[in-house]
Amino acid sequence: MNQSELKTRAASVEFQSVTKRYGTEVTAVDNVSLKVDAGELVTLLGPSGCGKTTTLRMIAGLEMASEGRILIGGSDVTRLPATDRDVSMVFQSYALFPHMTVLENVCYGLRASGKNKKQSIERAEYGLDLVGLAGYGSRLPSELSGGQQQRVAVARALVLEPQVLLFDEPLSNLDAKLRRQVRDDIREIQQRLSLTVVYVTHDQEEALAVSDRIIVMKNAMIAQVGSPRELYEQPASEFVADFIGEANIIDVDITAVNQGNATVQVGEVMLNLDSRGLEPGSAKLAVRPNRIFIDSRNTANAAVLPGVVEKATYVGDRIEYKIGTEQGVLFCTSETTDRQVAELTEVAVSFDVTGPVLLPEDT
Amino acid sequence: MSSTESEVLSTRRGSRVVLLWLLIGLLGYFVFPWYILEDGFFSFEWLDGYPFDTDYAPAAFLVFQGEKIWLTPLILPLLLPLVVLFRQSSRRFFSTILIIAGASGVFYLFAQGFAIGIRGFNAEWLQALFGELGDRQFGFGYGAVLLACTFLFYLTTGIASRGYINGDVFVVGAIGFIISIVALFIFFPIAQMLSSALRDNEGVYSLSIFIAKFSENKIWGLACLTENRGCGVAWNSLFLAIVVGAATTLLGLVFALVATRSGFRYGNWLRALTVLPIITPPFVIGLAIILLFGLSGTVTQWVAGVLDLQPTRWVYGLPGIMIAQMLSFTPIAFLVLIGVVEGVSPSMEEASQTLRASRWYTFKTVTFPLIRPGLANAFLLGFIESMADFGNPLVLGGNYDVLSTEIFFAIVGAQNDQGRAAVLAIVLLLFTLTAFYAQRRWLGKKSYITKTGKGDGGSHSLMPKRIMWPCYTIASVWVVFTVTVYGMIIYGGFVETWGLNHTLTFKHYITTFAVGINEFGIHFKGTAWDSFFTTLKIAATAAPLTAIVGLITAYLLVRQQFHGKDWFEFGTMLSFAIPGTVVGVSYILAFNVPPLELTGTGIILIISFVFRNMPVGVRAGIASMSQLDKSLDEASLTLGANTWRTFRKVILPLMRPAILAALVFSFVRAMTAISAVIFLVSAEYNMATSYIIGRVENNDYGIAIAYSTTLIFVMLTAILLFQLLVGRNQTSRPFTQSRTNVG
Ligand SMILES: Nc1ncnc2c1ncn2[C@@H]1O[C@H](COP(=O)(O)OP(=O)(O)OP(=O)(O)O)[C@@H](O)[C@H]1O
Ligand SMILES: [Mg+2]
Repeated sequence: MNQSELKTRAASVEFQSVTKRYGTEVTAVDNVSLKVDAGELVTLLGPSGCGKTTTLRMIAGLEMASEGRILIGGSDVTRLPATDRDVSMVFQSYALFPHMTVLENVCYGLRASGKNKKQSIERAEYGLDLVGLAGYGSRLPSELSGGQQQRVAVARALVLEPQVLLFDEPLSNLDAKLRRQVRDDIREIQQRLSLTVVYVTHDQEEALAVSDRIIVMKNAMIAQVGSPRELYEQPASEFVADFIGEANIIDVDITAVNQGNATVQVGEVMLNLDSRGLEPGSAKLAVRPNRIFIDSRNTANAAVLPGVVEKATYVGDRIEYKIGTEQGVLFCTSETTDRQVAELTEVAVSFDVTGPVLLPEDT
Repeated sequence: MSSTESEVLSTRRGSRVVLLWLLIGLLGYFVFPWYILEDGFFSFEWLDGYPFDTDYAPAAFLVFQGEKIWLTPLILPLLLPLVVLFRQSSRRFFSTILIIAGASGVFYLFAQGFAIGIRGFNAEWLQALFGELGDRQFGFGYGAVLLACTFLFYLTTGIASRGYINGDVFVVGAIGFIISIVALFIFFPIAQMLSSALRDNEGVYSLSIFIAKFSENKIWGLACLTENRGCGVAWNSLFLAIVVGAATTLLGLVFALVATRSGFRYGNWLRALTVLPIITPPFVIGLAIILLFGLSGTVTQWVAGVLDLQPTRWVYGLPGIMIAQMLSFTPIAFLVLIGVVEGVSPSMEEASQTLRASRWYTFKTVTFPLIRPGLANAFLLGFIESMADFGNPLVLGGNYDVLSTEIFFAIVGAQNDQGRAAVLAIVLLLFTLTAFYAQRRWLGKKSYITKTGKGDGGSHSLMPKRIMWPCYTIASVWVVFTVTVYGMIIYGGFVETWGLNHTLTFKHYITTFAVGINEFGIHFKGTAWDSFFTTLKIAATAAPLTAIVGLITAYLLVRQQFHGKDWFEFGTMLSFAIPGTVVGVSYILAFNVPPLELTGTGIILIISFVFRNMPVGVRAGIASMSQLDKSLDEASLTLGANTWRTFRKVILPLMRPAILAALVFSFVRAMTAISAVIFLVSAEYNMATSYIIGRVENNDYGIAIAYSTTLIFVMLTAILLFQLLVGRNQTSRPFTQSRTNVG
């Protein structure tokens, strides 16, 4: 066997109207349909208790769907238990078997699927090499650092060449610096081997950094699906806009809609934006803090909102301002750190041309 | 595509299991002797004359020789799965065939077993239907047992392929297995006992006879209230149990307070006391009480000498039993209460004190209410213990009759009235089950939280002074008393004749454990060696079986979800509340005749130990399994291992301390048990405890005590070895829970 490559057998994952209930009271996942393409890294993102882990465990076969169908690689696995699914999972606690050495841990799944000892060891050693832990095979998990344990867990799942690889908050036990590095490692391996990965996190920065696509969940349902950029720049709801990055939500009036272009009035300022299917009338506008500009000199311009700096905070790479306006308090950041606008200064507030986005009605 | 792929997978896995059981079933039908062997399971004399001698022949040979032709149809369900085994078939068909094969196989096997016994047909309507049989059969042997297992696992595999518990063959098989053996060895005997209580001496069912026997004056009479006569045995037992329950609870609480709240530095030494009831055969305390307070007892003689009185037999009867039981069971209450007292978070008491409450006020309003459920729990345990206790009343009872000994005398005495024994056993069972039910219903979950660490920080406040001194006094008196009692036990073994001739001698040890050399090598001359080796052998066989059954049950309870799990748990913990005497009687009634003809064998002893000690194994398993992170199992499953492999490779190795604990404790308990044993021993399989009781009845106290002392030291060694192997901390839990159904 040429052991230099792990083959990829990546397959797609599909949920068709899947519901999961615990008992009669709790609905942890409510009528969710989604599709993860082969070779794609998709993140499930959402606040605590929204059903991410449950969704992941249903893909793994550790929980059975109450309703709906689950397909992996096109075939129906809804009733198939975890053992028989070609899916591996990396647990938040790593779940390394404490009584086995690192090598035995990585061999475990290979042996369970009937490989002979020699093949298993060869493959396991390659897997350890892949995560940068060659030579650690004879240690016990308790003799490794947190980050190393995490990588052993990844290797253990990888060597099975699963159709789908699952991660449940794999970085939450690591410190901030290590988190960034391991996250990049996971992404790098995923792209190199073009694996299908479903990744659960509640850290939005982590999600934006690693994903091809992100599925944002809220209250057991999907709030929005899209690429990191889409979610950040085109949030479908106030919830998504606020959950991914921060956003100022401003009440506005749409005065006219013309072929998908809306004329939006914010105080005295008129903006020309994508209407996103909205009709004239009142609406909500989301603006990222870095898409709001302030100017302390040119305050008399008609195309600006008048405001007063209520609070200015220096945080190193930028300055954060709270500006009181007629539309409420706006939060904005400025990269110009050399010069700080003093508090109580009157300023002119304007918006970036591409930044603000109208929010469809929350349902 | 779609669900067919999963069907193929699961039927393929099912097929492998079915093939395995088919082969085992074939062995059972064609190779192993069908009937039980005269000379025991472990003898291989049957190889001589095998396979044609009809006593030793496998079923197939019997049938070919034209004998026991009613065994022929068994081949059908055995081979039926071949229909689906080597070819593709739909999952539905696969499971239907297996369920039919398994269910009909089990049914026919037992039906023929119960229908045809040692005197031909067992029921008259069968005789009327088929005519005189002119043939007979004995109990199930190896062959029949193997075949029964095959049919059982056909059935469970069939049910699993239906999709029950995700189609998990191992889990469904394990559930089926545990349910079957619990049904067979706990519920079936109890049911037999009930039915025999409902029959008269001719075997005719009669409710009026039952009512007459049940409401008999000897059981429920209240003469002691009005005249100077004894009350009924039920009242005697009840009164004794309530007094002992209350007294042990109080003493246990005193000890728990002294150990944790007195600032007494050696408080922890008190914990060593808790090992005593585990390693002391239950009647040994009774013996020591006789040595102290009996007619020729040290104290009796001394007092009589000083006051110039005639020594009396005052200790035989209620006082003696009470003292002995209090000595025996206080450590159990102590074990329960020390956990409860430690479990009260110190910060609560500190909070109370910062609110300007005095120590006494805090104790009264905070500490005591928090430990009240624990007190109720300790009381109920003491109650059950006392009810079930057999050894002490047997040795010390005098004229004070209690249920457990009455049951025994109904069977072995001149009366040999099994119906009466059954009725008495039912009364006893009613009491213990009520207490058991109450314990689980009100307190079960709550009172088991025994916290080991002190999560909140801070340390326990001391007892208020006004209860500190009484506690100290009681505890010291008690400790002195206990030490005296155990001292007596050791000393008594070296005394010529207690009360008459106190010269020191090795005589008793030599009689019991002498070893000599003769032309054949080492010769075990002592009279006790036989029963000693039998005990070791049986205890050592029962221990691993107990551990296996207990751990599988614990695994199912902790890690699997299935319908009826509550009932499953109740059934497996039930033997907790069944007194040994009841087990003894019901086993005699149930396993005396084919098809399950086990009396007089070593197997019946082993089985009784396995099921009496099962709760110990289950608890040890549950305690250690709930500390294993569930994601370990799940990781194993997602890595493609099935539940069986996960159980073997991940769970079992990580539970090694619990397994060892279950092994040691079931071993030790098997060595100290007496109540069930005394009904089940035979000349060939005599156990140490029943041998000792025999010596006591002959007033051979020296020998009885020498033997008991030896047993205590053997068990102490076993436990100390275990502590060395596993380390102290891990043992504390199974320790706490290992001795809660003696008797
Ligand atoms: N075994 C269970 N029994 C009952 N309810 C459950 C069970 N497991 C999860 N839930 C409930 O289902 C909902 C979704 O839980 P889930 O674990 O999927 O959340 P999550 O999105 O992973 O949250 P977190 O970010 O906190 O991990 C929660 O309300 C939770 O309380
Ligand atoms: Mg979660």
